[in-house]
Amino acid sequence: MQEIPLSQILFVSTALFFIGMYGLFTRRNLITMLMSIELMLNSVNINFVAFNKYLFPDHLDGLFFTLFIITIAAAEAAVAIAIIINLYRSHNSIDVENATEMKN
Amino acid sequence: MSNYLYILWIPLLPLATFVILGIFGRKYLSSIAGLLGTASLLTSTILSFVAAKQYFFVDGKVNGVYQKIVALKYTWLEFAPNMSIDLGIIIDPISVMMLVVVTSVSLMVHVFSLGYMKGEERFATYYAFLSLFTFSMLGLILSSNIFQVYMFWELVGVSSFLLISYYFNKPAAVAASKKAFIVTRFADLGFLIGILILGYYGGTLDIGLLIERFTSVHSTQFLSITSASFLGASMLTWGLTLVFMGGAGKSAMFPLHIWLPDAMEGPTPVSALIHAATMVVAGVYLVARMFPVFTMDESALNIVTYVGAASALFAAIIACTQTDIKRVLAYSTMSQIGYMMFALGISKNGGENGLGYMASMFHLFTHAFFKSLLFLGAGSVIHMVHSNEMKDMGGLRKLMPITHIAFLIACLAIAGIPPFAGFFSKEEILTAAFHENKIIYGIALFTAALTSFYMFRLYFNIFWSKDAPADNHHESHGEGPWVMKLPLLILAACAVGVGFIPFSQFITSDGAPIETHIDVVFSIVPVALSVLAILLAASFYKNQNGKSDKVAAAFGGLYTAAHKKFYIDEVYLFITKKIIFPFIGQPIAWADKNIVDGFMQWLAKITLKVSVLIKGLQSGKVQNYAMYFFGGIVVLSILFIYIWK
Amino acid sequence: MNLTLLILLPLLTAVLILLAKGLQQIRIIGLTGSLAQLGLAGWLLKSFLAERAAGNSAAHLFESNQTWFKALNIQYHIGIDGIALAMILLTSVIVVAGILVSWTMDKLSKEYFFLLVLLSMGAYGFFISLDLFTLFFFLEVAVIPKFLLIGIWGSGDKTKSAMKLALMLMAGSALVMVGLFGVYYNTHTFDIVQITQQGIPVAVQKFFFPFAFLGFGVFAALFPFHTWVPDGHASAPTAASMFLAGISMKLGGYGCLRIAALMPEAAHSYAWIIILLATIAIIYGAFATMMQTDLKYINAYSSISHCGFVILGIGMLNKTSINGAVIQMVSHGLMTALFFAAIGMIYSRTHTRMVAQLGGLLKAMPFISTVFVIAGLCSLGLPGFSGFVAEMTVFMGSWKNPDGAYRFATILSGASIVVTAVYILRATGRAIMGPISTEHELLTDATWNEKLAAVLLITGILIIGLAPFLINHLITPSTDAIMLQMGKILVSK
Repeated sequence: MQEIPLSQILFVSTALFFIGMYGLFTRRNLITMLMSIELMLNSVNINFVAFNKYLFPDHLDGLFFTLFIITIAAAEAAVAIAIIINLYRSHNSIDVENATEMKN
Repeated sequence: MSNYLYILWIPLLPLATFVILGIFGRKYLSSIAGLLGTASLLTSTILSFVAAKQYFFVDGKVNGVYQKIVALKYTWLEFAPNMSIDLGIIIDPISVMMLVVVTSVSLMVHVFSLGYMKGEERFATYYAFLSLFTFSMLGLILSSNIFQVYMFWELVGVSSFLLISYYFNKPAAVAASKKAFIVTRFADLGFLIGILILGYYGGTLDIGLLIERFTSVHSTQFLSITSASFLGASMLTWGLTLVFMGGAGKSAMFPLHIWLPDAMEGPTPVSALIHAATMVVAGVYLVARMFPVFTMDESALNIVTYVGAASALFAAIIACTQTDIKRVLAYSTMSQIGYMMFALGISKNGGENGLGYMASMFHLFTHAFFKSLLFLGAGSVIHMVHSNEMKDMGGLRKLMPITHIAFLIACLAIAGIPPFAGFFSKEEILTAAFHENKIIYGIALFTAALTSFYMFRLYFNIFWSKDAPADNHHESHGEGPWVMKLPLLILAACAVGVGFIPFSQFITSDGAPIETHIDVVFSIVPVALSVLAILLAASFYKNQNGKSDKVAAAFGGLYTAAHKKFYIDEVYLFITKKIIFPFIGQPIAWADKNIVDGFMQWLAKITLKVSVLIKGLQSGKVQNYAMYFFGGIVVLSILFIYIWK
Repeated sequence: MNLTLLILLPLLTAVLILLAKGLQQIRIIGLTGSLAQLGLAGWLLKSFLAERAAGNSAAHLFESNQTWFKALNIQYHIGIDGIALAMILLTSVIVVAGILVSWTMDKLSKEYFFLLVLLSMGAYGFFISLDLFTLFFFLEVAVIPKFLLIGIWGSGDKTKSAMKLALMLMAGSALVMVGLFGVYYNTHTFDIVQITQQGIPVAVQKFFFPFAFLGFGVFAALFPFHTWVPDGHASAPTAASMFLAGISMKLGGYGCLRIAALMPEAAHSYAWIIILLATIAIIYGAFATMMQTDLKYINAYSSISHCGFVILGIGMLNKTSINGAVIQMVSHGLMTALFFAAIGMIYSRTHTRMVAQLGGLLKAMPFISTVFVIAGLCSLGLPGFSGFVAEMTVFMGSWKNPDGAYRFATILSGASIVVTAVYILRATGRAIMGPISTEHELLTDATWNEKLAAVLLITGILIIGLAPFLINHLITPSTDAIMLQMGKILVSK
């Protein structure tokens, strides 16, 4: 089987990253924004794995970073969802535009 | 020589009286304030006479020349080495003469005030201020340092201010006191700058040293001050002229005279003391004190001469038209001081040529007595009729016989009729003028005639003119108590007697006695003119016959102008009210509120605007922040990758 | 003699005031504390003179030096020379007088007295500092209480005035900070004595001198940074006005003097600007005063004019003029405090400060009116009062400078004494003299505490005015030392 060139993998990860970014900038729903962030993190993960494999096959640093990021993403998601749930309880909404208590 | 230290007590006693009366007078001493003040001044007067006797007859003269003695010198404020204000006592013929004049006139006024001011609410304050004035005037006389002169000069000014505004709830008195202070203050600015100039080039503020340095034509100080010049005049001329400006302000010389007539709002004894006999001659005294320096500079002396002569004539003309008796006297004071000034101006230093100097001092001396007598007499009259206006008076000679005689003597003295005091001093001035400058002589002669005319206009209007007032309520308090009559009598005796003092034996420009004699032929013209003027006044005013009105009408514009004091007051008012206030004061006040402060406000507003602008970035929208964040990263990436490789 | 006592004593007083209960206790503690300060200052004077008489001719006496923050080489270095001592004496007198006139302050009295005492602590600290950082620190300590004093206890448009004052003074201290830090980064020390010895490179001086000088100039009401003065003074309560004009404006003058001594070359090359600004302040302030109708505004604007003399004296840079500047600081402090005290007394009785609404007060309140007149006469430079001594010394010093333009500046400044006479006499003539209005006829005269305060301040004015050789004796050695130092640097250049 022919090896997939690095550029194609990078293309996928870039596409993922910008899809995530688009979602983060346009969606008002906090859950969707959280999901978008996860997409961006994962695109980074793909980059780490890909570069590790293609540039330094005898090292494992890239993989370790990926593992760290997955862990942190999980923790972050947990915290974020906790915040979102609390926000929903108090505001009956998870729209970012509605949370304006700190403004002015 | 130092056995003159007791002279220190002469000014210190009135000072002590001032402090005591100023602090405790109001509450505890109001009943005996007058006696206390008079007693302390009596002591000062006696000491002055003792000093005069000692100086003139015992030990003042060395080798036939009266010496300058510095009896005390204490460095009060040192600006720099050799440049300090020293408090000193200088004893020379003129200072001793002034001591006698000031203390005796002041004593007369103190005594007179015991009656005149009786029952006033602020009686103690009045005596406190009188003592303050006497102290300052004595300090001025004894000053050995030109800055010391300036200090006492200011103190004299402020005591004059306080005394003029003694009736503080009378707006006219308050306005007059302000005017007096501000006008003299303006003149004092000139004096101060003059002192700075003389002090800078002379390298000292001590009068004796200044005279010594500026009168020797080879001294470095003299060369430096005459070689430096500004606007075409040497610094010596500038310095002396500015010093004279201070003197002109205090002595009410034209055009700084406007405060003197208004100052008559003060109590009449005060006018007699300050605005007739003592403070207003301070300018003359100052010029006399610096006289050797003045003689080194022709132009400064010429200014003194012409300002003096112009004031003499100018004031005499105005005096003929005034109806307030105190204002007539005020203008006559100004005119007589003009005499003293130009007599100094035409004089030279030393020997027979110094006749003008001696004559000026002589006139100062005699004038002090007869002018204070005139004022105190006027005070008695005002006390009687409660008015300053001539039209409320007339025919008082029967009601006030003593005042009448005293006043008549004083009028004869000021008119220069022999053998009264004024005759002798005026003759000396006229002689000096005749020898030095014929124009001045002409002015002086004409002014002398005018003087006789307006003084007798005053005299006839007060004591003749009408019949005695019909209503008898004046009778009840008569001429006033003996304390008011006694000073009149004493001063009248002086007005007759002091002319016979051989003045030139004691006071001359260089201290060496000179011989003077009365030239009968020379005296005929002025005396005849005076007599004619008196007769003219008698024909106009002895009875109310309307002649004077016709003459006034004949003079037309001149009369009106003189009656309005030649509109000098209006000019000053115009300058202050119409120029300084609206064109300097208000624009500055406006600019401060709107431009300077406006700029600060504008800074604050700009800060606010900028902060509002920046605040917009903090929208509170998470996604905007994310956008900025990514934008920033993109910019940074581009920077790092392509520009800062 | 430990100078730190001067800081600890007010601090202790302040703490005790916080613990006290009721107006009576608070004011007694305040008065006792301030009297103790006065006593301490007097004792300091005595021991200072004794040291000098014993031949100790060091520039600064009672020095002590502790490391405060080692990494940045900040020292708690204190010591006084004659000039600082004169300022300390001035401060202590004004504090006592200020406490006395606010005897009946019943609104938040605890906080009020606390802030007053705190302000005095800042001033003492400022005057004894020999370290630029400590100096700056105490300068800031003295600013904050002013803001609160005006903002809380003031009258009129107090919030705005307080804001304006605090912001402008803060801006001033920011400038000062830039200047001082600029010096620090080039000399690596904040120690004034050390900096004086090693000197500052001329280029650095030229760059940072304007910052530091103008910064202190804001405090000293230098034109055109004076606009906080009128509003601030007018809104402040009486004691705060006294402190503001009597102490806080002196911080500026004193700072300017120290900065000029620290950077002599720069001071020389910028002298013409300083003199220009000072002359403008003098004349402009005087004319602006003439048009004011509110007594407090009159005194505030006249303060601008009078403080111009301080800056003028410093700008002329010779011994006599600097002597004059110092005397003018002390004199103006006492005189203006007296003036504000008198105005406060009048205001508390008549409830108006507009000159046009007053009149004939001499009849109803002879004591207060006399105080007012005395303050006025001192302000217009009457011999016998301190103003005369100060102004004449400045004139004599300025006149020594043979430059024609400086002569002109001196003459212009001299002309201001005529304008001063005009506005003082106008105010006196209207408010004190003239006919009294019926509603003011029954007002009462000063109470014992007000009398005591006035007498204290007048005594100070008279001591300087009648015996100027005393203060001259105190400050001349110090100005000599400053001039010697400056001369050395300028000659060696």
